[in-house]
Amino acid sequence: MNLPAALKDAALGALVALGLFAPLVGLRTDVAPGGGLFLRTRWADVAILCGLVFAGRLALVLWTGRRGLRPSTAPGPWTARLQQAGRFFAPAMLAAALVLPAIPGIGRYELDLGILVLTYVMLGWGLNIVVGLAGLLDLGYVAFYAVGAYAYALLAQHFGLSFWIGLPLAGILAAFAGILLGFPVLRLRGDYLAIVTLAFGEIIRVLLINWASLTGGPNGIGGIPRPSFFGLPFSMAGGEGTFAGFFGLEPSPVHRVIFLYYLILGLALLTNWVTIRLRRQPLGRAWEALREDEIACRALGINVTTTKLSAFALGAMFGGFAGAFFATRQAFISPESFTFIESAIILAIVVLGGLGSQVGVAVAALVMIGGFELFRDLEEWRMLVFGGAMVVIMVLRPRGLVGTRTPSIALRERRAIGGDLVGEGRG
Amino acid sequence: MAYALQQLINGISLGMIYGLIAVGYTMVYGIIGMINFAHGDVFMIGAFLALIAVLLLQLGGLMDGPAAILLVLLFSMAFSALYGWTLERVAYRPLRGSFRLAPLITAIGMSIVLQNYVQVSQGARVKPLEPLVPGGIEVFREGGFVVQLSYVQMLIVGVTLAVLAIFTLLVTRTPLGRAMRACEQDQRMAALLGIDTDRTISLTFVIGTALAGVAGTMYLLRYGVIDFYIGFLAGVKAFTAAVLGGIGSLPGAVLGGLLIGLIETFWSAYFSVQYKDVAAFSILILTLIFLPTGLLGRQEVEKV
Repeated sequence: MNLPAALKDAALGALVALGLFAPLVGLRTDVAPGGGLFLRTRWADVAILCGLVFAGRLALVLWTGRRGLRPSTAPGPWTARLQQAGRFFAPAMLAAALVLPAIPGIGRYELDLGILVLTYVMLGWGLNIVVGLAGLLDLGYVAFYAVGAYAYALLAQHFGLSFWIGLPLAGILAAFAGILLGFPVLRLRGDYLAIVTLAFGEIIRVLLINWASLTGGPNGIGGIPRPSFFGLPFSMAGGEGTFAGFFGLEPSPVHRVIFLYYLILGLALLTNWVTIRLRRQPLGRAWEALREDEIACRALGINVTTTKLSAFALGAMFGGFAGAFFATRQAFISPESFTFIESAIILAIVVLGGLGSQVGVAVAALVMIGGFELFRDLEEWRMLVFGGAMVVIMVLRPRGLVGTRTPSIALRERRAIGGDLVGEGRG
Repeated sequence: MAYALQQLINGISLGMIYGLIAVGYTMVYGIIGMINFAHGDVFMIGAFLALIAVLLLQLGGLMDGPAAILLVLLFSMAFSALYGWTLERVAYRPLRGSFRLAPLITAIGMSIVLQNYVQVSQGARVKPLEPLVPGGIEVFREGGFVVQLSYVQMLIVGVTLAVLAIFTLLVTRTPLGRAMRACEQDQRMAALLGIDTDRTISLTFVIGTALAGVAGTMYLLRYGVIDFYIGFLAGVKAFTAAVLGGIGSLPGAVLGGLLIGLIETFWSAYFSVQYKDVAAFSILILTLIFLPTGLLGRQEVEKV
């Protein structure tokens, strides 16, 4: 495209930007000390924004030589390279995750960030069972995370159960919640399913807020017991019967953080392992068949009811494990941690990573959550950048960061195929 | 009896607002088959635009009479529509024909962007506005209880019905409406017959978000308190309304909106305020179990 046309295009963009920003950025409503509202003008900011849009649009148009960006579903050049290195990529990531606490210079902050990223990796892998494998769009996954967290917190508080007993119980209860949600939505498809799962998530949150006698309402539950190392508590006091005392170490708060790190790493790997194993078994194959074509599934005699319910239950169970871990790590939970935005972030991780791709989900969690943390100095601008990044990545790579899939079963040679060849499911 | 009548009035005016937002959802869903998650946030932006327009008019000393309200309404509609147009252009058009979940994620992303954009540009504090249309008429008196029909409620019902009437004419009688219905049925065929589908989809967004602007203005006039977060819950409720009425059906959206508004109001009045959202969502789930395509939705024919 020639320069005058590009300039005209950029000017139009700036004009639209003027229309967008003039009222909402240019005129700020502020509450006066007396209680009334008044307007404050900020035309300079509007001018800067319009200038930015003009420059950005001009650069974009001249650079791409055409208007707008085109999404690409074909594996891009770097995914091809990634594929070549792919044999080593996942093991390398795993090795890096395993030795992370031992790397010099990794302090408490980095470990905490690692725990956070791994929690989202685990949630992403759990949701991947429902969305990526079975093709059932679930917008209320955070409900199971909440059920797991509250189940462990309440069991620990009322019955004094330890983490290692509470964890499986929390998972089982979350799985029951998954079946509870699964039953009514068996007949629903597509966006109807999406809205009902969203509604389910909201119902759970409203219940948590208002059932104050059980859940503590908006104040949440505090003083949730921390996990012990096979019965050895982590205590700063040291001495006989504690972790530091037993192994003859100097008591340090980092021990617990390292332990939690390996705990969530183990839980995430368990999720991954179960998923990979199940994909080779009849159940996993039934899920993928369901995603590709439900009618064909019925015709082949696959029990759609149990297949869907098992996907919901297993996905929910891993969400429940992650929730129990979250509760024990924070020692405090409240309904604020389980809002719709969490579900949206987990779903975004699954889709951005590439539906059904285990490595992709891990990469996306690292990019989204780690990247989010990198921008923490931006404070209130951070979510703006986060949402913007979601849009840009999705527009550029609609099939996710990892554009290839390895089919679960193949004739003779197992080859990676493009992500756009995999069905997305209508459920 | 009087109490119930009052709740009926409140429920209808709330339901009209939900209905207006739901129409935007249902139109977009009908034409491109995606949930425009950011629609609730455009409604929130519409409310903020109306607030800014009111303050501008007050600055000029012009804020009185129906003409001023009409100006506010038009201001909010115009700029909301611009937001809707940009939204479609930036986040949805590049993904047209792509797989189904991609626009859903960009929609969620845009919803986060719009919410935080307003939070950053307008501040996180709640904005209280003194009632612009005070007063009302006394409908009915029973014992000590007075049933009030406020002017704002009358305004909401009147404006909503007028807007919906214009809109129905637009969809059923004009070439644009015909193009929209054609795109809804079969986009490729419509394109082959010479319909500019991109333009039609853009206009659908413009109209839908202008209606969200109307809803935002009405919300501001009725409740007078807005913040950057009102879009989420209103959006979810309106989407619930659209699904309840049968997504893709315009009368269904209004019917669903009215039902959700009434259920919510009556539930708050007779049972508990805290669980009103649970009531609305439970009704949704129950409806979908027994009528998976909503009240007025078309039965989807499944082909192998």
